[in-house]
Amino acid sequence: MPPVTAESSPAIVVRGLEKRYGDVHAVRGIDFEVRAGEVFGFLGPNGAGKSTTISILCTLTAPTAGSATVAGHDVVRERDAVRRNIGLVFQQTTLDDYLSARRNLLFHGELYGVPKDVLPARVEEVMTMVGLWDRRDSAVATFSGGMKRRLEIARGLVHAPNVLFLDEPTIGLDPQTRSSIWAHIRELQARHAITVFLTTHYMDEAEHCDRVAIMDAGTIVAEGAPEALKAAVGKDRVQVRTADDVVAISVLKEKLGVDARVHEGAVTFSVASGEEFVPRLFAELPIAIRSVSVARPSLDDVFLSFTGTTMRDAESRVQPPRARGRR
Amino acid sequence: MTAADRAPRTSTRPPAPRLPPSGLASDLRAIKVVWHRELLRFVKDRPRLMAGLAQPVLYLFVMGTGLSAMVPSTSGVPFRTFLFPGVLCMAILFSCFFAAGSLVWDRELGFMREMMVAPVRRGAILLGKCLGGTTVGTIQGMLLMVIGAIGGVPMSLELVVTIFLQLLVICFAITAFGVALATRVRSIQAFMALMQMVLLPMFFASGALYPLSGLPPWLEALTRLDPLSYAVAPLRHAVLGASGKAALAPMVTWGSFVVPVWLDLVVVAAYALVALGVAHRRFARDEA
Repeated sequence: MPPVTAESSPAIVVRGLEKRYGDVHAVRGIDFEVRAGEVFGFLGPNGAGKSTTISILCTLTAPTAGSATVAGHDVVRERDAVRRNIGLVFQQTTLDDYLSARRNLLFHGELYGVPKDVLPARVEEVMTMVGLWDRRDSAVATFSGGMKRRLEIARGLVHAPNVLFLDEPTIGLDPQTRSSIWAHIRELQARHAITVFLTTHYMDEAEHCDRVAIMDAGTIVAEGAPEALKAAVGKDRVQVRTADDVVAISVLKEKLGVDARVHEGAVTFSVASGEEFVPRLFAELPIAIRSVSVARPSLDDVFLSFTGTTMRDAESRVQPPRARGRR
Repeated sequence: MTAADRAPRTSTRPPAPRLPPSGLASDLRAIKVVWHRELLRFVKDRPRLMAGLAQPVLYLFVMGTGLSAMVPSTSGVPFRTFLFPGVLCMAILFSCFFAAGSLVWDRELGFMREMMVAPVRRGAILLGKCLGGTTVGTIQGMLLMVIGAIGGVPMSLELVVTIFLQLLVICFAITAFGVALATRVRSIQAFMALMQMVLLPMFFASGALYPLSGLPPWLEALTRLDPLSYAVAPLRHAVLGASGKAALAPMVTWGSFVVPVWLDLVVVAAYALVALGVAHRRFARDEA
């Protein structure tokens, strides 16, 4: 974590934020802060209120109640100041397919008032970063989905924003492209000290974030570093393959006080700290142990423990009228 | 802000560009970007240019020639010369509406969001579109002047300059009108349908194809309300002027008052302002 200095104020501060669309209470009073320079992930099922929140932070939607500041500017009262300080990458592409990649970025820079004398160099820098400078004169229509997403990230950086918002940045991309997008996000953070705020409903992606907030049904149910959140869930899953499972289970029960069951062909049980438990296991078990595996809880387990439901179930539960406030 | 306290930095990054605050300058920049984009797309879209010219050529040469047999002379000039301003009007009508329709395209294809989230005023985006349509329409109109000359319509330098200046006002108004429609619909299909519904009646009631005198009262009333009537009249006045027949040009009349060319253009400009106001009211409220 970066050393915190006096001038290091939070990049985003949200207080009591609420949004209603008619009868639908999309965001139900949330509070959180994003530190300058961190990658902050908003995790939750579709319809949890992530997109509405990001929309408010980007000044595209007015909150019903509460307040939010981005880069020190109020999202309602200082709309244009916020807009100059943020870069945006939406789920749907917002590039002009007919124009060349470079022309798209030049227009963006002009719209944001990037001075003419630095704009071309700036465009070259960001396009090189995402590996698209060689394709600068190609029409965007000829780009693949992954290339378009990379170009949009580059475009979001042309005006050197303090905060980059990415709404589901890897949705619909193949695994290889997803990991290259993540490499770019990491590079941004390391080289440019930019704050990245992203939403995702991929659990494995949230692991890349410095901190995540888990959102469900319009509220934040948990917030913290992925490791801390998983530690809070507490239980590691241990699987042991032995010569005699029946003996192993009874020994675990009598000597170590652990309920174990055979699952996936191995004796399986949950304990607070798997690594510390394993040496005791070897000391107590009188039979041969062929293999041991310890699995950390995933963010899936975190979501389950905080909401009592899995992400998948939550998604089928909520089918909100999202279209109303969006587009 | 906190660039200095962030841990490993491996590159020397050029200083971040300092962005100017919002104001007139930023609005002008936005207008320029939207206008420039409209122009680039027009230049790249050859089929659009061709289609925009093919239809007027058809009207002028096929219909104009065919009807000349029936109507040898209208307002003292050959029918084809009489028809030319009307055809010119039709050409810019389609061209400008097409430019306005790109607003709907932009929304469907997502680019609209890019403009809506920029730190610029919405009005600047609309104005840029209107100026884009004005430029595209005027270029198309001037190309049609060349075709007209080839087709035997008498030309003069004065006529070309007059038509050019009139087209600036007229194209701006037509684009503004199209933009007002475009802000009301969400799909390109709906816009196309609306365009068919509005455009052809406007065209047929404008006197583009026939003189405005001696019409039945209901049609006369319609022609006086049609903003396009006030666009066709000055164009025709100018074209007939090049044949020395300006005095015979059929003008719009309000009762016994003959509307002069300058007032025609004022009416057109007034329509434009109303359309722009309507469009802006709607567009400013839109969530991106």
